[in-house]
Amino acid sequence: MGLRDVSSVEEVLQGLSTQNYLADRGLATAVFLCIRQGRPLLLEGEAGVGKTELAKSLSRWAEGDLIRLQCYEGIDSNQAVYEWDYARQLLHLRTAEASGRTEQVSSSVLEGELYDEKFLIKRPLLQALSASNEPPPVLLIDEIDRADDEFEAFLLEILSEYSITIPELGTYSSEVKPIVVITSNRTRDLHDALKRRCFYHWVEHPEVDREVEIIRTRAPKVSQLLAEEVAKAASYLRGIDLYKPPGVAETIDWAEALVTIGVDDLDANVIDETLGALIKYREDQERIRSRGFDEVLSLVRQG
Amino acid sequence: MNQATYGSKTLDRYLVDFLDALRNEGVKVSLGSSIDFGLAVVELGAESFENIYWAGRTTIVDRPEDIAIYDKVFKSHWMGVEPLVEEVNKIPPLDFLFDDLTEDSELEESIKGENDLLTVRYSGLETLLAKDFSKCNKAELQELFLLMNEIRFIGEYKKSRRMVPTKKNRNFDFAATIKSSFRTGGEIVSKNFKKSGERRRRLVLLLDISGSMEVYARVLIRFVHAVMASRSEVEAFTIGTRLTRVTRELSTRNPDLALSKASSSVDDWSGGTRLGEGIKEFNDRWGIRGMARGATILILSDGWDRGDAETVSEQMERLHRVTHRIVWANPLKATPDYEPLAKGMAAALPHIDNFVEGNSFNSLKDLSKLLTK
Repeated sequence: MGLRDVSSVEEVLQGLSTQNYLADRGLATAVFLCIRQGRPLLLEGEAGVGKTELAKSLSRWAEGDLIRLQCYEGIDSNQAVYEWDYARQLLHLRTAEASGRTEQVSSSVLEGELYDEKFLIKRPLLQALSASNEPPPVLLIDEIDRADDEFEAFLLEILSEYSITIPELGTYSSEVKPIVVITSNRTRDLHDALKRRCFYHWVEHPEVDREVEIIRTRAPKVSQLLAEEVAKAASYLRGIDLYKPPGVAETIDWAEALVTIGVDDLDANVIDETLGALIKYREDQERIRSRGFDEVLSLVRQG
Repeated sequence: MNQATYGSKTLDRYLVDFLDALRNEGVKVSLGSSIDFGLAVVELGAESFENIYWAGRTTIVDRPEDIAIYDKVFKSHWMGVEPLVEEVNKIPPLDFLFDDLTEDSELEESIKGENDLLTVRYSGLETLLAKDFSKCNKAELQELFLLMNEIRFIGEYKKSRRMVPTKKNRNFDFAATIKSSFRTGGEIVSKNFKKSGERRRRLVLLLDISGSMEVYARVLIRFVHAVMASRSEVEAFTIGTRLTRVTRELSTRNPDLALSKASSSVDDWSGGTRLGEGIKEFNDRWGIRGMARGATILILSDGWDRGDAETVSEQMERLHRVTHRIVWANPLKATPDYEPLAKGMAAALPHIDNFVEGNSFNSLKDLSKLLTK
């Protein structure tokens, strides 16, 4: 089934779950609206709640390409949109000289050849707009808050028109609109102008039941009992005051780590030994150890 | 809104009223997003509250801070559960503006006096610039505020990863050289070079607004606004009993408007001090994630803390690990024989790069010079 044909939020929930991504209703609604209205989806939320994973699952579901643009400070159009391959252009010129073609054709013809599409290096944004066949590609613009303001301004045109102008070649307009997912960790506010063009969803940590399901689908080797214990422990740890509460990614890691060392039931010793898979700050680990494991264990054991 | 689908006007009306209710509660709803909201409701169908709820969450809410307000308004508007009442026990908004000047008898007197003694007042400018804020009267402060808007605060630069062209013989720019050679038929006539560009280093201002800082904080918030108006990449927070982000509010250029906006969003003015907790909240929610990374942090505080000095020390250490530089401006430092005896201050000192004054206009000017180095 083509992605554009989805007709209800339930179909989105179902489609994503076939790709092992268990979304909640809010996220599925946001995705549904984005697909139907051809608008970018802006996702914000704590690290490790599955923002990037959503884009990956979407592209697998759509059976289209995943085109990922990882933002960083100082990223510019050469890395994000396109760049001319100067070395190959020069080579082309030299070949023309060597074969005596420079004598035969006018210089303007030769120049026209230099700015041919074959010398164009397409970077992610241009790639995403060049797709000409269904299924649509999924363009993931990851951690946009790491890029600077100027870059954001420059994205505006692309995200509203879905086209890019290259002076030497003309305008590229997408025949097949890509599905755009933008993620941000909120280290700074994004411009209102950018937000206005997007649908927005704040991704929360999952509730215990859903996290159990997520662990079970992502790490099938983990038993139901262990998954429940892990999810409860994680939800407890998110409630106490930690520098970095564990995200879903970490709970999956932890559950897998537990299976790997052959544990099928949590106890104080096991938690102590494997805490590093779940909690990545020394201060947080100390805080948890100083609290002792009784509280978390009694919570975990509750039915 | 598609009339044919819904047949009655009531739904439109309901949606519009709902948006109005959100606006009244301070959520920013642009015309564009209200249209999106309407379209989203049509797309999803209005038969269930859940659809309407998520339609609005996706199209109107664009920051997590608004989620709670949205939920509240949604509940009262659509479910009729909790009627919308004005919050009665809300603390009256703080007035950064020093009351209405025309009603101020002290000022009127000084203005009256001004007519007779104009020269006295202006010759006092030099003294005024060095005068401690806590000793200034309202008229003097007003004058300082005007001057403060003149401070041009540049801040530090750092190397950017983006390269820029240069004439100097630095890094050979292969691409630019070849590109320019096309003009000469592929013959390289001159070489091009590039070097690292420069970017403004992000500046984060943390202003202590607790009771002990009251006199200074009212003035320093003007300084914070002046800094924000003069450059980009600035973030501002107030710390009292809790942390409040005032970046958005203070971004308005007009100082009076900016301050009145900020004052209505801060509601722990002149309360107790929980400096350590405030810095912790900053670290947890903003700083360590990225805002403080490689940034210059300017803390404006006297270092008094009711909380645990241990927390201040721990949190300052954490902050210091990720920042480029921490500057602490303490108005009390200007007092002769000042010793950092306040618990919080003593705990923070080992993790500070520059410890400066911040009690007068001149000291603020020095501060901006220090931060431009």
